[in-house]
Parts: sequence; structure tokens; C-alpha cells
Amino acid sequence: MKHKPEYTVAVTALNAIDNPGSGVGVIRSLRESTDFKLKIIGLSYETMEPGAYMHDLVDVTYQIPYPSAGSEHLLDRLLFINTEEKLDFIIPNFDAELKNFIKISNVLKQYGINTLLPDLAMLTNLDKMHLHEFCAKHNMSVPKTKLLSSAEDITDLDEEFDFPVFVKGTYYEAYKAANKDQVKTYFSLLSLKWGLPVIIQESIEGTEIDVAGLGDGKGGLIGAVPMRKLYITDRGKGWSGVVLSDESLVEFAKKFVNATKWRGGFELEFMRTKEDELMLLEVNPRFPAWIYTTTAAGQNLPAAAVKLGMHLPVAPFDSYIAGKMFVRYSWELITDITEFQKFSTQGKL
Amino acid sequence: MKIKKHIAISASGVIFNGATGDSYSMNPIATEILNLIKANQDEDAIKKNILDKFDVNPDRLEGDLYDFYAHLRQLNLLESEA
Repeated sequence: MKHKPEYTVAVTALNAIDNPGSGVGVIRSLRESTDFKLKIIGLSYETMEPGAYMHDLVDVTYQIPYPSAGSEHLLDRLLFINTEEKLDFIIPNFDAELKNFIKISNVLKQYGINTLLPDLAMLTNLDKMHLHEFCAKHNMSVPKTKLLSSAEDITDLDEEFDFPVFVKGTYYEAYKAANKDQVKTYFSLLSLKWGLPVIIQESIEGTEIDVAGLGDGKGGLIGAVPMRKLYITDRGKGWSGVVLSDESLVEFAKKFVNATKWRGGFELEFMRTKEDELMLLEVNPRFPAWIYTTTAAGQNLPAAAVKLGMHLPVAPFDSYIAGKMFVRYSWELITDITEFQKFSTQGKL
Repeated sequence: MKIKKHIAISASGVIFNGATGDSYSMNPIATEILNLIKANQDEDAIKKNILDKFDVNPDRLEGDLYDFYAHLRQLNLLESEA
């Protein structure tokens, strides 16, 4: 019988809630891979992240310090976890934590802990503040964008944009504003919550389409699966979606990976206009919450990421099954208060 | 007339456009016509097939087919004709 490698893989974003992180979908995908035996370590910021209590998916969960505590605290905690678990690979899945993980990735490597992450420059070039510059350089369409550094920048906004516009936080959250007064309200809210700048983006009519993919860091696309959201919650999150068979989207992903030499998982958010033009709205530098759907459609991108990170041979995927559909649901996971108490007091479950 | 390649028609009469994610449900006659188009039948063959199977006035069928094809084009389900 062929020997299967055994790895201990740590995964963040176990918050499988109404605004879900992708950790549980990543783990579900990893568990389905028959290429290796895995021990899964959950890394959790809060004691109520549902994934920590899903013992059929996650073997052990450790609490880690919030991203605002900085990369040194994160490193200390991960090295402690490493002494207990002997980690082989980490998949971070939150936008806000990525910089810290990238900063310490070389040190982690010295301890035998691998990652598959973009570098800091890649991350910065593609964040919401710089995406329009990147798209202009690489001849990709993007909605008109303006960065607001202060409330005074709103004064002349109606001369530059037709309303409504989207008002976006630096990391998360977006609101549609119908006039300058609403922009002012959302500017205050988002700048307080996520800092400056606040981003104004032209509102484009059309169909929203997302592509989840994996880049090998050398300009090659390992796989990409397009999906259209069929039902969107009042928080703007996809609650159901269907996999599309659209070669132009996969070609766009190839072009994106080639231009960026992207390393790791990513999600491209597009709007397809009525004139059939693809506009890139956002690049999320990690796997999306619906990543398990790519596995169901025939491309287990999280497992491919582990193989890449562990220097195993990985052949690019050449197809997927269109028409696979996901419907998210709510479910009460029953546990015991002692589990919560243990996690809260010991930081380990 | 040709249906776009990413269009799937289920036995229960639902069209799924794999390129856009849109779905449409059809009545049995519409399903029959679409399956005939998919089987590369020309317009005369489709007309004959429907007249043989259903009790329908030929003039009425002509008009309804014209509307149906226009609707399929509007939904972007047919390849554009050169």
C-alpha cells in the first residue's frame, strides 16, 4: 500500500457564523483528501467560534492573540503550540491576520512550519486602496475608485461620481450610499471601525460573480472555480450559490495569477455588466467561505495548497463540474458548558 | 438555430444556463421544442414534430414558435446567428 504522508495542519477562521470565515470549509476539504493523513489544529480568536466545537473536523483548537496584538505575540503563541503539536503547515484565512503571518513566515519556516502566502508587497498592491492602480497597469477593468482620507474629501464627491456609490472600509464592510449625507454617515462609521482611508467605489449594475483559486507563486494557476451567488443575506453574504462554466473567468484568474505571481489561495470578486464586461471589484487574499464548493466541484484547492506548501508535486486542475450548488444552513451544535469553560480558561480545547 | 453550449435541460423541464447560473422552468411543449433544437432539428422539422404530437392550429403554432424563439434570444440562450 502506498505510504501516505502525515501532516499536522493548523487552520484559522473557525467562525462558521452568519458572516462566515473560511476555516471550516477549508478543513472539510482537507478531510476529504485521500492523499495524506492529517491532524487538524484549529486556531481561534474567540471562544465561541463554532469550528472549535466541531470535534469530527478539528482535533484540537488553541486560542491565539488578536491581530492587533502584533506579529511577535502571534509568533510566541504559535511556537508554544508547535512544542505541543509539531505543526507542519498553517493556513490563515482572515484578511486582517495575514500581514502578521507573512511577517513571521520565515521564522516559522526555521521551525519546520510551512505556509503558502503572498508576500507583503503583493498583498498591498491588491488591497482595496491600490486595486485600481494594479488594474490600470494590467489592463483589467475596475469600477472608478476614490480614497477618502478625511470628511472634507466628500464635499466634491457629486462632481466625480453618480450616486449611488459604495462606501467601503479598509478591511471589511461596505454600504450603498444614495447621497453625500449617507456617505458622511458611513464614512464616520467605517473610519472609526477600520481606520482610514475609506474607499468610495462607483456602483456597477450587473451580476456578481466570484472566483476561488490557488496560485503557485511562480505565475501558474493550480485551479479556479467560478460561482454566482443565488441568495445574498442582508449582510451581503452569499447564502447559496452555483458553480458556473465560464472559461472567460478562469482565463481572467490565469491572467491575474500570472501578473501577480500569486502564492496561495485567493478569491476574485467580479461584476459582469449588462454589456458583458468583467469588472474586478475586489481581491480577497485567502480562500473564501464557500471554498468547500470548489472541492465538491472537483477541485480540492485547500488540499492542493497543503501539497504545494509541503513541496509535493501538484498538477494543475483542468476541469470542474458546473452546476454544483451550495445552500448554507443554521444548525445548533450541542456541546457542554464544561467545554466552553475549558476553552476559556486554558485556551485549548 | 443552436442552443449555447453551457445550457442544460433537465427531464423536469428546467433550463440551467451554466455560464450565468440562471434557471428557467418550462412547460412540456417548450421543453419538447428546446430538446428538438438541441438535437439540431431545423425549424420545419420542429413544426412538423409538434403538429404531429399536439392538436394545434398551424398558424397559431407559427406565431407561438416565433415568440418562443424571440424569448430564447432575449434570455441569451441561443448562439448568435452569423
